[in-house]
Amino acid sequence: MLTRRLFLKSTALIGCSAAAHPLMSTAAFASAPGDNRLVVIILRGAMDGLDVFQPYGDRDLAALRKTLSLGPDHGATDLDGFFALHPALSQLLPLWNAGQLGFAPAVSTPYRDKRSHFDGQDMLEAGTGTDLQADIQQDGWLNRLLQQMPGQDSETAYSVGVAQMRILRGAAEAKSWTPKANMDLSPQAQLLLTRIYHDDPLFREASAQAIEIVSGLSPELPEAKRGQEHLELARFAADRLNGATRIASFSLPGWDTHAGQARGIERSLTRLSETILSLKADLGANWDRTTVLAMTEFGRTVRENGSAGTDHGTGGAMLMAGGAVRGGRALGEWPGLAEGDLYAGRDLMPLRDIRAYAAWAMHAKFGISKSALEGAVFPGLDMGPDPRMLA
Amino acid sequence: MLPYDHLAAFRLGYGLSPHLTPPADPQAVAASVQASTSLAPGDVTQDQLRDWQIEGQELGRNRREEMPGADEAFRAHRQQMNGIFRGAIVQRFARAVDDPSGFGERLVWFWADHFTVAGRNHYTNLMTEALISDAIRPHLTGRFAQMMFAAETHPAMLTYLDQSRSIGPNSIQARRNPDKAGGLNENLAREMIELHSLGAGADYDQQDIEQLAELLTGLAYYPRQPGVFQRRRAEPGAETVLGTSYGGRKGSLDDIRAVIDDLAVHPATAAHLARKMAVHFVADDPPQALVDRLAGVFSETGGDLGAMNLALAEAPELATHFRVKMRQPFEFLVAGMRSLGMDGAQIRDLPPRKVGLHLIQSMAIMGQPWASPPGPDGWPEAAESWASPQGLAMRINWALAAPAALVGRLPDARRFLHSCLGDTASETLAWAVPRAESQADGVALILASADFNRR
Repeated sequence: MLTRRLFLKSTALIGCSAAAHPLMSTAAFASAPGDNRLVVIILRGAMDGLDVFQPYGDRDLAALRKTLSLGPDHGATDLDGFFALHPALSQLLPLWNAGQLGFAPAVSTPYRDKRSHFDGQDMLEAGTGTDLQADIQQDGWLNRLLQQMPGQDSETAYSVGVAQMRILRGAAEAKSWTPKANMDLSPQAQLLLTRIYHDDPLFREASAQAIEIVSGLSPELPEAKRGQEHLELARFAADRLNGATRIASFSLPGWDTHAGQARGIERSLTRLSETILSLKADLGANWDRTTVLAMTEFGRTVRENGSAGTDHGTGGAMLMAGGAVRGGRALGEWPGLAEGDLYAGRDLMPLRDIRAYAAWAMHAKFGISKSALEGAVFPGLDMGPDPRMLA
Repeated sequence: MLPYDHLAAFRLGYGLSPHLTPPADPQAVAASVQASTSLAPGDVTQDQLRDWQIEGQELGRNRREEMPGADEAFRAHRQQMNGIFRGAIVQRFARAVDDPSGFGERLVWFWADHFTVAGRNHYTNLMTEALISDAIRPHLTGRFAQMMFAAETHPAMLTYLDQSRSIGPNSIQARRNPDKAGGLNENLAREMIELHSLGAGADYDQQDIEQLAELLTGLAYYPRQPGVFQRRRAEPGAETVLGTSYGGRKGSLDDIRAVIDDLAVHPATAAHLARKMAVHFVADDPPQALVDRLAGVFSETGGDLGAMNLALAEAPELATHFRVKMRQPFEFLVAGMRSLGMDGAQIRDLPPRKVGLHLIQSMAIMGQPWASPPGPDGWPEAAESWASPQGLAMRINWALAAPAALVGRLPDARRFLHSCLGDTASETLAWAVPRAESQADGVALILASADFNRR
């Protein structure tokens, strides 16, 4: 049970970010054929890619940022002579050196101009352009991926937490799991409950899963320590991935750094770093077949704002990690930061659709055809040339 | 045919109580909202909170200077703040349980969610309640523009959406302190248009956000500074938002009132709020005819919320879309305690342990931790969001364990079925209840049922 934690809110709340509350985190799990594993981490709130992978080699950066993204002279680590890694990710340097960490510095979904978190996240998780009908957009791309897989109808996808991530919403079956609600029911009460829920599809589904999960499907987990929910999620995900699960997705909130970004992003990056290292440690030998993609709904303004933060932008960075990636490098071109290079005069210009990287990963690791990816999983996506991101 | 008093109680309120007579016609339901516009003892206001914050700052300073007894005094102050917050939460439950109609307290929840602020520490927790006392309750039957102005300029909002950190780049303050970083923060400006008025799909652009952000400079809350507007932080000159020019030379709260007055009656705002109300009270996917009617009432009356309340109470869609909505955790708990025959006094008398376990923690595990919505867009509406297996598991747990803990002697389950659901129980539930092994299981079946969890 929760104790005082309700009153001890995560201090990672900045601007309009969601709380890193245990009951707010969601994860989805799906099994698939083969040994390859894909982990998608949604970074909610719009991560400032310019601060994570600092393009200190771009001479226009210094004029745009006064207190942020100051490069190798201020604690960041040089990666390739042009980009430097934010100090809060320095625990990941061994991965970079081993070719197990890479990034795409200038990507985005097709979402443009409104810069609303909610719409941006919907597009990232639904994986479709806004020109499609709403009912197609409602469906999550993980689910559409599952529908492309042979024998998927015998698979189970779990979604953990309060709100199902849209990424897993759709026709494929999803289950929820939480370590914190246990039922105490007599067999007769169970039977009667099953009967009274039978005629209400929503309740029928939820109650069947609840009873099924409580009666032994979910492992006992130790109470998460405050501020450690991300590790609980990472451990649970790794545990699943060591079993039959091949695709896992969950989100890390706290990236909406409108003010005092230096402190806020440090906390969020530390969580991201710990999450990746926890996955690596727990996956053991399976790490070699794992691809982790960390994606955010859009980037942030190239200019620092008046409160040492950044506002909603367009182009941003995607991080990839895992034994299966060809890392140690930046993927794709760099658009530049000169006035004429920017999107709408304020944002980093995205050079590639972020969903193309997810699509190429699925193509390589789960054998999904390009036509299925561009037609069914991400309708309307142009995958473009192979970014050769995977080993 | 369900009688109107029961229909309105289920759909616009918190269900039935064996001790309360719900209003019997739409006019009476709409009129009942008035009761929720006044403050009750224990309601927190920002004026009180300002003094507490100043006191807390002083106690914190004493503690840093290691003055004798300062540590204890600081801790006692923190505990006092916690106690007041908990008292305010209990008061919210108690008022909702006691309200014969329930519509007013439901509207308090709806508008507080529309103008979402979240708590992060002792003071911001209390601010979430102060915003309700100061900005929501007084305007439940008034003009939306007045509620919007009160909410947008409330310290809770200025703090939650970073407005207190936004300074005009050419303001007096910025010019006097050229070395200090300071400038615009768009957060409040964006949510004011995207969430609080026009809606994300409306016809506005980034330029409107930036201009509004400039217009809002000067708005800031610091406990020791009087009011919420400091001219020295305001950007000089006029700004153009949605084609209209506001302000002029020096910046003032009147300019901000002017832009809010316009945003509040914009046609896109009428459509956005009409849909939102229909979604919350009637159906996740509401009938367009209802949305259009509500938007029409909003536009014709210049955003008169009293007229909106009546239009909602009169809507035939209350009956045609019965029980397609899922009760959110707060509603579930209030409806549960109401149907068990509890009154506000009993809730206020509950020991803190029971409040923590059966109200606050239970609500959190059901997916609704108090004052911690996932983001500035507030709590989700879709039934699927609340009918997760673990959310339902917690409701079943509550139905099994809480009634005996809260009221001691349980009602006879067969009688409870009627006092709780009137004539609306499904055949299956009526069949199941007498077959339960105990009164406790019978009561739990009713409270955990889809009949009870929907409205």
